[in-house]
Amino acid sequence: MEPLRVLEEAYHRFSSDPLFKRELAGWLAGFAGRPTPLYLAANLSRHAEGAKIYLKREDLLHGGAHKINNTLGQALLAKKMGKRRIIAETGAGQHGVATAMACAALGLRTEIYMGSADMERQRLNVYRMKMLGAQVHPVESGSKTLKDAINEALRDWVTNVEDTYYLLGSVVGPHPYPTMVRDFQSVIGREARRQILAQEGKLPSAVVACVGGGSNSIGIFHSFLNDSEVKLYGVEAGGHNMSPGKHAAPLVAGREGVLHGMMTYVLQNAEGQIEATQSISAGLDYPAVGPEHSYLMNMGRTKYVTQTDSDAVDAFKQLSQLEGIMPALEPAHAISYATKLAKTVGREDSIIVNLSGRGDKDVDTIARQFPQ
Amino acid sequence: MQDNFHSDGPIERKFRELANRADGVIVAYLMGHDPDPKSFMANAVSLIEGGADILEVGIPFSDPVADGPVIQAAGTRALSAGATPRKILDTIGELSSQFTTPIVVLTYYNPILAMGIEQFMRNASEKGVNGIVVPDLPMEESDRLRDIALRHNIDHIYLAAPNTSRKRLVSIIEKSRGFVYLVSLYGVTGPRDTLSPQALETVKRVKSLAKGRVPVSAGFGISQPEHVSSLLRAGADGVIVGSSLVRTAAEHLDDPGEAPYYLKKTMTALKQASRQGGC
Repeated sequence: MEPLRVLEEAYHRFSSDPLFKRELAGWLAGFAGRPTPLYLAANLSRHAEGAKIYLKREDLLHGGAHKINNTLGQALLAKKMGKRRIIAETGAGQHGVATAMACAALGLRTEIYMGSADMERQRLNVYRMKMLGAQVHPVESGSKTLKDAINEALRDWVTNVEDTYYLLGSVVGPHPYPTMVRDFQSVIGREARRQILAQEGKLPSAVVACVGGGSNSIGIFHSFLNDSEVKLYGVEAGGHNMSPGKHAAPLVAGREGVLHGMMTYVLQNAEGQIEATQSISAGLDYPAVGPEHSYLMNMGRTKYVTQTDSDAVDAFKQLSQLEGIMPALEPAHAISYATKLAKTVGREDSIIVNLSGRGDKDVDTIARQFPQ
Repeated sequence: MQDNFHSDGPIERKFRELANRADGVIVAYLMGHDPDPKSFMANAVSLIEGGADILEVGIPFSDPVADGPVIQAAGTRALSAGATPRKILDTIGELSSQFTTPIVVLTYYNPILAMGIEQFMRNASEKGVNGIVVPDLPMEESDRLRDIALRHNIDHIYLAAPNTSRKRLVSIIEKSRGFVYLVSLYGVTGPRDTLSPQALETVKRVKSLAKGRVPVSAGFGISQPEHVSSLLRAGADGVIVGSSLVRTAAEHLDDPGEAPYYLKKTMTALKQASRQGGC
């Protein structure tokens, strides 16, 4: 608890410090490439025969995903706290790469924990992290995926807490991580809200984002929470189907539980053992979800749905061919749902989809599914 | 000894009884149903026969973040053999009907929540469990579980670490029943060859704050008889030995019938050290 208390205190001190804010804004603009455009996907909208679909182009950020918003914020905080060694977990490797980038730029030593099954699936990202100067530790315990990488990073942190900063990649884990990561990611929604008002003159009828741990979704939802006319949809990984172990949809199919220091919806069996998950997108392959999503769902402010692996692959191909944009398989789930939702919304209205990452990393996976 | 521990459960009675003979308490841990219910039972009995003062039984969780590789592997073995909280509590019931050794359960919060805290504690109490440790439940969130546990005469044992602040330590000492589980190092469970540099200092610090109101036992990384005697000399009322026993059991997975002999031998040596180290 002590390190969490110290972290919370440091975060409060620096997040309200104008100098820290200015410095972070500088990195986000100059290094990461903010602001990102809000792009009207006119061809996709025509194809969907409904509302105008706008894409928040987080795929254009340095590293190819929204992850850099958070890693820059936390790496800068770690540096201010005087920590020299950074550890992080990664699933698909996107958070690992974004951590390695931010830490290289800020001169911090980085070690990344990654499940050995994920290392096999995402070999390219393992090389990227190594090229960026990070050390990558394979995790052989449990299911050898993201949750096990988090377990191992937590074990490292309690062992080396004096000089080490744990840079968590999503709105999960013990307080203050869910709050802190949300704050760093909420830049997405602040920009998107301003941009849609400038471009459409009114708020969208819905915002759609994929939910794994939930950082890109909470990041874009946050600025719209008080706009009750804007519906907020989180799209979880429906995987193969909704039988246990075949999907990764804790909000749609889980029960309240405790994992990784948070009380939230968790996929678990009757005895409280955490269930295996499955999704074509490694970034959604996690059995729990940020606690704020659980809260928002229980309040009725947000709705959660699922799209399957094949829905995501279809959306990947559709967006690539109609718009010339290859989405990551994670936001492809959101694209898929948004095109269906668009049909139920008037043409004069708009929907924003958070395009949280680009699909280059997934070309191998797609190629394996469609060898021709 | 001036110790006048505040609860009158079997665990604190055991500490008092041993303190009166200038002995320290050895808490011996095994993962429940590792590698299977029958072998676990035989191993647990061998530890009791070897002199374990308190038996600590793990109920496995799929994601044990406070545990190192040895106990993780034991949990995986138990789960693959079909272990559930209910089945392990049933086995504990058999042990407690044959032996008077107090029994502590260690498990993570989610398996308890899944059964329901009330039902878990009632079941545990019926099966003779005397204390509970939940490493991933911070003190700040623990009141409900603690109230229910105490209502069922189960001591709620809190953990304290080398970097726990003084203020928190005072509350932990105030709330703990049975003993305070002192994590003697920065890290997770697992046998180490030497005691951590923080261990003895932490024992002294916590003992001086506890002022005899609740026993203090040191765990994590303790494997050798010398560790036991130095911790007791530094003032600990007890020590917890876990991973090294689990490892001993795991060395005989091909022939689990061999494990009790070695466990008993190890336990006897640890107990001998406690008699010499206690004061």
